[in-house]
Amino acid sequence: MSVELDVFVGNTTIMDEEVYQLWLDGYTVNDAVKVRMEGGVMDECEASKDVLLSDTMDQYRTFQMCERLLHSPAKLANQLLFQIPPHRQIMLIERYYAFDDTFVREVLGKKLSKGTKKDLDDISAKTGVTLKSCRRQFDNFKRVFKVVEELKGPLVENIRQHFLLSDKLARDYAAIVFFANNRFETGKRKLQYLSFQDFAFCAGQLISNWTVGAVGESSIDPSYNMVEDMDVDLDKEFLQELKELKILITDKDLLDQHKSLVCTALRGKTKVFPEMETSFKNLSRGLINIAAKLTNTKDVRDFFIDLVEKFIEPCRSDRWTAADMKLYLTHYTNSAHILDTFKHQVVWDRYMGVVKSCIFKMYHD
Amino acid sequence: MPGKLKAKIVAGRHLPVMDRASDLTDAFVEVKFGNTTFKTDVCPKSLNPQWNSEWFKFEVDDEDLQDEPLQITVLDHDTYSANDAIGKVYIDIDPLLYSEAASVISGWFPIYDTIHGIRGEINVIVKVELFNDLNRFRQSSCGVKFFCTTCIPQCYRATLVHGFVEELVVNEDPEYQWIDRIRTPRASNEARQRLISLMSGELQRKIGLKVLEMGGNAVVGYLQCFDLEGESGLVVRAIGTACTLDKLSSGSAPNTNTHMHPNTAPASNACNSPSKDGKEPVFVEDLPSSSGPPTPFRALPTSSSSPPPFSPSKPCSRQSSSSDTDLSLTPKTGKNTWPRPSFPFSSLPSPTLHIGEFPFFTLTSFPPGFLLHVGGVVSARSVKLLDRIHNPDEPETRDAWWEEIRQEIKSHARALGCHAVVGYSESTSICEEVCILSASGTAAILNPRYMREGCLDIGCTDHRLVSFFLLFSSKSKCQSSHVYDNAPFWFLLFSRFEDPSPPSCGFCHIPYDELNMPFPAQLTYCYHCRRQKVPDVLFTTIDLPSEAAVAGKGCLIQARLCRLKKKAQGETNATAISNLLPFMEYELHTQLMNKLKLRSMNALFGLHIQISVGENMLLGLASATGVYLTALPAPGGIQIAGKTPGDLSNEHISSIQKRINDTIAVNKELYQINPPELAEEGVGSPIPEPRHRSRLFRSHSESSDELSELDLSHGKKDAFVLEIDDTDAVEDIHSLLIDAPPPTGFYSCNTENMPGISNWTSGVQMFTSVRVLRLSNANLTNQGLNKIFTDLCENLLKSFYFKLRSMIPCCLCHLNFTVAVPEEELIQVTVTAVAMTYDKEQTQEKTAEKPVNKGSLEAEEQLQFPLELCADSSSSNIQTASKISGIFNSASVDYGSFADRCSTWLELLRLKAHTIRRGSVKTISSLERCSPLQEGRSRSLRSSRSFGGSSVTVVKMTPLSFLPGIRIIKYLGIINMFFIRETTSLREEGGVSGFLHSFIAEVFAMVRAHVAALGGNAVVSYSMKECVFMENPNKNQAQCLINVSGDAVICISETDQESSASTANTGQTGGGGTDGAT
Repeated sequence: MSVELDVFVGNTTIMDEEVYQLWLDGYTVNDAVKVRMEGGVMDECEASKDVLLSDTMDQYRTFQMCERLLHSPAKLANQLLFQIPPHRQIMLIERYYAFDDTFVREVLGKKLSKGTKKDLDDISAKTGVTLKSCRRQFDNFKRVFKVVEELKGPLVENIRQHFLLSDKLARDYAAIVFFANNRFETGKRKLQYLSFQDFAFCAGQLISNWTVGAVGESSIDPSYNMVEDMDVDLDKEFLQELKELKILITDKDLLDQHKSLVCTALRGKTKVFPEMETSFKNLSRGLINIAAKLTNTKDVRDFFIDLVEKFIEPCRSDRWTAADMKLYLTHYTNSAHILDTFKHQVVWDRYMGVVKSCIFKMYHD
Repeated sequence: MPGKLKAKIVAGRHLPVMDRASDLTDAFVEVKFGNTTFKTDVCPKSLNPQWNSEWFKFEVDDEDLQDEPLQITVLDHDTYSANDAIGKVYIDIDPLLYSEAASVISGWFPIYDTIHGIRGEINVIVKVELFNDLNRFRQSSCGVKFFCTTCIPQCYRATLVHGFVEELVVNEDPEYQWIDRIRTPRASNEARQRLISLMSGELQRKIGLKVLEMGGNAVVGYLQCFDLEGESGLVVRAIGTACTLDKLSSGSAPNTNTHMHPNTAPASNACNSPSKDGKEPVFVEDLPSSSGPPTPFRALPTSSSSPPPFSPSKPCSRQSSSSDTDLSLTPKTGKNTWPRPSFPFSSLPSPTLHIGEFPFFTLTSFPPGFLLHVGGVVSARSVKLLDRIHNPDEPETRDAWWEEIRQEIKSHARALGCHAVVGYSESTSICEEVCILSASGTAAILNPRYMREGCLDIGCTDHRLVSFFLLFSSKSKCQSSHVYDNAPFWFLLFSRFEDPSPPSCGFCHIPYDELNMPFPAQLTYCYHCRRQKVPDVLFTTIDLPSEAAVAGKGCLIQARLCRLKKKAQGETNATAISNLLPFMEYELHTQLMNKLKLRSMNALFGLHIQISVGENMLLGLASATGVYLTALPAPGGIQIAGKTPGDLSNEHISSIQKRINDTIAVNKELYQINPPELAEEGVGSPIPEPRHRSRLFRSHSESSDELSELDLSHGKKDAFVLEIDDTDAVEDIHSLLIDAPPPTGFYSCNTENMPGISNWTSGVQMFTSVRVLRLSNANLTNQGLNKIFTDLCENLLKSFYFKLRSMIPCCLCHLNFTVAVPEEELIQVTVTAVAMTYDKEQTQEKTAEKPVNKGSLEAEEQLQFPLELCADSSSSNIQTASKISGIFNSASVDYGSFADRCSTWLELLRLKAHTIRRGSVKTISSLERCSPLQEGRSRSLRSSRSFGGSSVTVVKMTPLSFLPGIRIIKYLGIINMFFIRETTSLREEGGVSGFLHSFIAEVFAMVRAHVAALGGNAVVSYSMKECVFMENPNKNQAQCLINVSGDAVICISETDQESSASTANTGQTGGGGTDGAT
């Protein structure tokens, strides 16, 4: 005796958020039943294991049928097959596109290609995220990437409108797309201490300040806004201009002047002042060399590793606190304005604004 | 008579990719009606084509408009090869054919393909221009409204109820035509879908014609079914209740006035039908007790004018080529020889008028006061051998079969002293060439007032009737005050017939002769008025009357049964089945009775017994809603007895006894059954004094002869004695106790209203669930099978409770179980039901208040009653009494001669006859309704707001005739859809479950889309009448047929009701005032 067929269909589609999560997390039906049993649902309604199994199967089937629609969330709102209240639709989409930070950390900056997809089992083993879930997350990244690649206009807004995601999630996806597009190196051992959220913040900074769209937003011509990939690629003109900043380290006078201004401002305000004073030139060189090299795609990829190697690590070995760092960078940036011979104030601000906030974000253990 | 059908194809969306190379589709659309076809342009390379076509115009007869669906086919253009079909949409344009309903069909329809399911959507606009007053043309019946709802629809009033209409059409099943061997499955499925659509249209048109002939304008309780007879053809049949309905203008005080009219005479003819105008006889079904026991049949003289319908010498004629159940030994009664007096209320028609041959009503709930007595369940089954239908145009055999069944039903009703059958339904079960036809209903006596009222204007009382009926048509509305105002009026009507008695007890008095009962029953004096006799148990197929006084809550009670049978062919098989049927019915009945006792209840409503036939077994499933009627005696407990009476010392037996007693106690608590005035009788204890015990025998074949031992004493506290004489008996008792009560926070019923709960909040979740069990081929016993089947049903219920736990507190209403044996080792159970949330707090308050309320109201009513009595027990009514008695008598003759023969059947079933007198309105229940609405209203508002964002109209669906907290403002027509889905890639679609899951979801989607296109936002009285599933896993194939129906409606939340309710209120008060003056 066996149950040959067992279905339950509601006019309003019944979806249990807990089961949905288990499904998203890639649990098999049997594992999901186990988890649910341990969770104590059985006591709620005098249910037996069979009831739970039947319910889980039904829900899994429903989710599988919905999955097709979730691939283009806009369809979910005007499809006729499932009657799902709007707030549930939002939940379904949001959860479907949610990802594990540990997983995304592994693929961040990698090419979203078949090759990477083949490595997913390794990532799964490493992160403890089930392969099924890894695949879903990876496919989500890829899908979003493909769609926004062809769209004009602001990246975050495009993602939000096209995939009906919350602002937070849309920003995260923007970061993922941005990283994947520019292939930033994030996998090096020295970068391991950084979380996805650290990178997402940095990506946000880069997107809103260093891309073509960033200029467009505040600038003159709205039609200029419609340049393709304007949010995904860094502003080439800006990167060229960054070369001009080299004067701050190549011109000895300027370098000394800059140092003395910064040191005057910092003196007595921090315990690590002596270390600051001695490493000023090194640090300044580090930062400005990074800027000058950004015209090379290769160096763009190494942007974060460079920041860590050239700036964060030396500071950390000198035991700067986060407050020290903040103080230093603020004065370092501001003092440049007072330098008479330094003419590239706008570029300087655009560069240092981002670098400053990235370093703040990245300066932790 | 011509009409012009116009269709416009606007756009498509989400189309499937038909061209792999480009990942796009070059779609165009064919629009076909009858033999005319139009095409749109090809919209190249788009998955979201915009055709924006011209209006395609079809000039057609209205007859075709009724029969034919508009057929829209979406295709992919292919330059070199044949165009590929993407899918189809069938649009039933019937809703456009009557003026009050939808004026345009416009919206997105899922494009459906029988192999691939839904493939995108298409936006279509359809309009109809009718050129003339179509009611004059007899071949069409445009304008007749159809309702699946089994009560008078909200926002209508019934001015006349004409009675039973039925029709069937047959055809060859395309699946079995020779051509099917060479055409594709898709073509075959489409041919079938189209044929059934055509047949449904034709059937509806023909029924419409009958209604027009009767003078009606609507069919209520329309029930259409398909019999897939395989080789021998395809039968589409329908029954319904013809009515004349008037639309209530919304906003104004509804003027509801219902009159029953069993006659086929249209209202306009009324004056020339009976010469008795003005002094219409009043049917006296219960004489005042002062004139002795109410024995109308016996006491009155026999009229020779009508021949007895049954003569014992006549042989049973129902076997045509088959055997039949022979349950009631129905003698041959040709359809034209049926004597008119069988329907005592037919006093009205003159001999020249053709009386409604069957006084049947498919309605299950009625206006208060309409139903006087309920006699009990009547049912008939017949086993037939199917043969090829030779001439589809004259489906005489099938007609004759049903004719016989109906005659039998009618005779059973008469045996119960009743002239009408309400809550009537018909069904079939087919396996290979054997077919079981079943019909069942509730024998009843209806108020003659309603029968006559249509042709007879009784001046001053009329407007009161009018106001009173508001209650019914605006069912489940805020109406407490109306009820109250009008309650006295109802006593007027009934005061003519009998002693004044409190309204809450009026409905439980027996209609039949106490000294000559058609079956053994224990009668006691009514627990309310103590004047009239009531039976100990009442079984009915109708809904609980709203005014019925109940204690506690109701619950779903099911009896389940499997019987193995040998595989056989032809007549042997049919005989074997008919031999099994009586025992199955008896056993189901015994189970029901025991389970009822176990829950400490005394009445069943909505009883539905289904017997399904398979190759090697029969399945029986009886579902009903148990309830405790306070007018009936409290049920005794169940007493377990050993083989010998003194065997009670046996430990085993006493432990079982204890379990039973505990269960009864638990159930009483669970269903809050504490009847107020029973305390002094000591009914609380489940096991009464031994001397009062009667015996109930386990349902074994041998026990039927022992039945005569039944103690007919009038003891009030009888316990059933279950005798344990073998291991089977232990099993039986064990299985009794298996039924787990629903978990806390859940109640369940299979009726429209849940007894004891009326404060619904807005949460509604309709669902369909299908489960198929494969039996291992190990040798199974009946007992083993029973266990498996019982577990299957119980587990299904458990699953529902679990799935719907987020809705607690909630009630599963209208739980409709359908069983089938699709293949030798498969058992299929299909369930459709609706879960509705209610307010727990208010329920508790109410139960506390209830007795108090009831007491005071009753007192008041009793006070007013005599006053009203003098005021209006009009002389005109009294003087006609003798006339009635004559007519009535003829019925009593039949009854007398019939009683013996009938008793075999009735004994077997132990059907209880009961009187329900709807003389009063149970004011409490309406009060209950009033307050929760406030709550419901605010909730529904909230929910509608949160749902507002979607671009797709939210369409609610419910098998009930109402939606809580929501008012139906317009009926848009019936939805009656038939779909076939087939797959040759079963595994890829997720196996059988995946396949059926998506198919059911697709069916829901298509129903919703059609309703939305009609401008509606809900489907009421929804039902899935057919779900035939066939699989062949080895070939990776499966096929499923689904037929669904319901009423598309527009409804609004109760807030808008406020103004109209208050207007109605004032109107009512006015009516009440006039009452006093009369």
